[in-house]
Amino acid sequence: MTTLETTTGLEQQHVSQAAGAGQSRLPKFRLKRISFGLLLAWLIIGTALLWAVAPGLFTGYNPVEGLPGGQLKAPSALHLLGTDSLGRDLFARIVYGSVHSLSGAVAAVAVGLLAGTSLGLVAGSTGGRIDAVIMRFVDVLLAIPTLLLSLSIIILLGFGTINAAIAVGATSIAGFARLTRSEVVRVRRAEYVEAAFGSGGTFWNVLRRHILPNSLNSVIAYTAVQFGWAILQLSTLGFLGYGAPPPTPEWGLLIAEGRNYLATAWWLTAAPGFVVVAVVLSANRISQSIGRTR
Amino acid sequence: MTNSNQSVLEVRNLSISYGDGDRRNGVVHDVSFSVAAGEVVALVGESGSGKTTTAQSVLGLLAGSGRVDAGSILLNGEDISRWNEKRLRGIRGPVVSLIPQDPSNSLNPVLAVGTQVREILEIHGRLSRKEADRRVIELLTHVGLPEPELRARQYPHELSGGMKQRVLIAIAIALKPALIIADEPTSALDVTVQRRILDLIDDLRREHGTSLLLVTHDLGIAADRSDRLVVLQNGRIQEEGPTPAVLAAPKSAYTRKLLSDAPSLAVKTNRPALDLSKPELVTVTGLTIDFDLPGRQRFRAVDGVSFSVPQGSTHAIVGESGSGKTTTIRAISGFQKASGGGIRIGETDVASLTSGTLRPFRRKVQLVYQNPWGSLDPKQTIFSIVEEPLLNFDPLPKPERASRVEAIIERVGLPTSVLSRLPHALSGGQRQRVAIARALVLEPEVVVLDEAVSALDVTVQAQILSLLGELQRDLGLTYLFVSHDLAVVRQIADTVSVLHNGRQVDYGPVEQIFERPTSDYTRELIEAVPGRKFPHHLHIAAQAAGQVS
Repeated sequence: MTTLETTTGLEQQHVSQAAGAGQSRLPKFRLKRISFGLLLAWLIIGTALLWAVAPGLFTGYNPVEGLPGGQLKAPSALHLLGTDSLGRDLFARIVYGSVHSLSGAVAAVAVGLLAGTSLGLVAGSTGGRIDAVIMRFVDVLLAIPTLLLSLSIIILLGFGTINAAIAVGATSIAGFARLTRSEVVRVRRAEYVEAAFGSGGTFWNVLRRHILPNSLNSVIAYTAVQFGWAILQLSTLGFLGYGAPPPTPEWGLLIAEGRNYLATAWWLTAAPGFVVVAVVLSANRISQSIGRTR
Repeated sequence: MTNSNQSVLEVRNLSISYGDGDRRNGVVHDVSFSVAAGEVVALVGESGSGKTTTAQSVLGLLAGSGRVDAGSILLNGEDISRWNEKRLRGIRGPVVSLIPQDPSNSLNPVLAVGTQVREILEIHGRLSRKEADRRVIELLTHVGLPEPELRARQYPHELSGGMKQRVLIAIAIALKPALIIADEPTSALDVTVQRRILDLIDDLRREHGTSLLLVTHDLGIAADRSDRLVVLQNGRIQEEGPTPAVLAAPKSAYTRKLLSDAPSLAVKTNRPALDLSKPELVTVTGLTIDFDLPGRQRFRAVDGVSFSVPQGSTHAIVGESGSGKTTTIRAISGFQKASGGGIRIGETDVASLTSGTLRPFRRKVQLVYQNPWGSLDPKQTIFSIVEEPLLNFDPLPKPERASRVEAIIERVGLPTSVLSRLPHALSGGQRQRVAIARALVLEPEVVVLDEAVSALDVTVQAQILSLLGELQRDLGLTYLFVSHDLAVVRQIADTVSVLHNGRQVDYGPVEQIFERPTSDYTRELIEAVPGRKFPHHLHIAAQAAGQVS
């Protein structure tokens, strides 16, 4: 540290000492402050992903078949989170349920991202009448309450994990479309886009080379938020009985099943609830970091 | 030098750095100067020279990570460099005030301007509402706003750039401070407005005996308006002294360079006489462009503009903002449909272009934009930016594309190592060279330069102008050069059109326009060019000395 090299007078010395102390402490402190929450978020998402990929590594119990005589056991060394009313290990059900919730969320976000971004891109880059028609359609989508929209779609398509994912994805189309359109409109006015047209670029070339890459920044950050939100929505649908049918260990369904024993076995609702909250918060935290670094 | 008792501002051995942690970047090094009561001191330098940082430190307004590392700033004899925010607030306004650079960003868009002027009176004074309102009108009248009662109720978007700057000046002088800091007060304004604003600042200053610290990159303005000059480069003082003495006999090489680069001070270079045997490449006849306004109204942006440009020459289109000059060249480059009149480029009639024939036409006419920060895609490397026009037309094999890109990048004076970089890693001048390379890679016949050097520092501007001249000679290019800066036009143009409110008020060879302007408006423009006080005969001697040394 070269903190005391240019010191004239007492006051000056004081200032640079203070600054010097700050300098030596600052990097460590910053590392901690910036990455701790983010690290935890990645850790949680990473664990959830591992659960989805290789559930067998984390638990030896079967998630759908109960142990006879082991109903509604409190958490113990044998059953980390206890057992449910049919004697199934809750921790095993949460671990095996991860693949349903995560793949459902990925599918839902993919539906919203693809449909919403395409609509927004077309609306923003063509403008005029097409823009007006698309955006009014988006307004209609926004006008319907999300849960009502999801439920209607599920009733039309039928029950199941994939259908629930499509239903959740459909509700996020409007958000993606509006965000993409506003970004595209901003980028379209940029001089480099006009310059690209000016050097002989065709509409699709300019769209692909300039407009799309430059408008996707905030869309990517938004995707991560939507991921957490989709898990929440899927759990809601599962809780209401519109998601995967039992005995699928879907997180929302787990919460719903445990609800009857809230007074005697609160951990049956609390544990899956906590997992959902942790994963959703982590997804939000990661999305925030994407938004900041870009 | 003035005694510290008399000087309003005295900066001693000031050093400022930016950054955090161990990585601090020194921006101002050991700068000392003083401003006596009633004196105008100009801080001159290119961007990055630390002139704005120095000015900000006097107000205690250093941006986030900035810090005064050493030295002192004495304002009326008191060192304010270690003051906290609360004490500084007490002096901002009554003792020292700021006229900011960009009037369009410096006023709150959701408050009436009268309210914004009243704000400073309310913060510092205990005036009653009625009294304050009266004072606001007084101030607005004082800075020469017509119909001050009406203006006070208007919002910033209802005022022109010049009017907004007048409002900001009203705020700056409201509490009769001892020192006003003007940070590039007119660089965002047209030349004629610029002159009026500077005159106003001068008058007000004289009236109240206020000192002025004028921060500018334009040596012409500094020459006209200041008593003393402080020339900064890379955060160090290169030269300091009374303005006439510094200009007449600059001691440092950097000052000499600034002098020779400033277009308004440069000795006019004689361009080789126009070769009249060359065929005319661009012909514009009676060009008229209307815009539809809401409510079935039409606005005529360009009204009967005609000129012709021989191949290999430069035609300059001059005018203030709103004069229709940009609309004219957008029509010429096929971005805007003309409502009437004709544009011919070579054999092509631009009005007859369809979406199919427009693309081949783009090969012949290329545009270079004003702002090199906005005209390059921030996500593409320099190589892809320059390569892109080639991809749009007949497909070339990859190695040939690469060699053409490299050749053109070298042609505009950049090292080939920039090709793998992104635009943000380049300086403004380098970016503008990239933009020129992109325009030239298709080997166009006509290059349209829309204020292509206006956003650059004088030194960089001079370099780009000489590059443009060189390229024109070597490649036989025809330029359409749009500018509001007559001094630059005089250096580069062969023929000139002067536009005013969409009408062409003057047209002819550059010498004729400057020596025998036919319209009052052109005369006003020429008179507004700063640097008129500058002793040109001395300058020639200085330049000669500079070349010898």
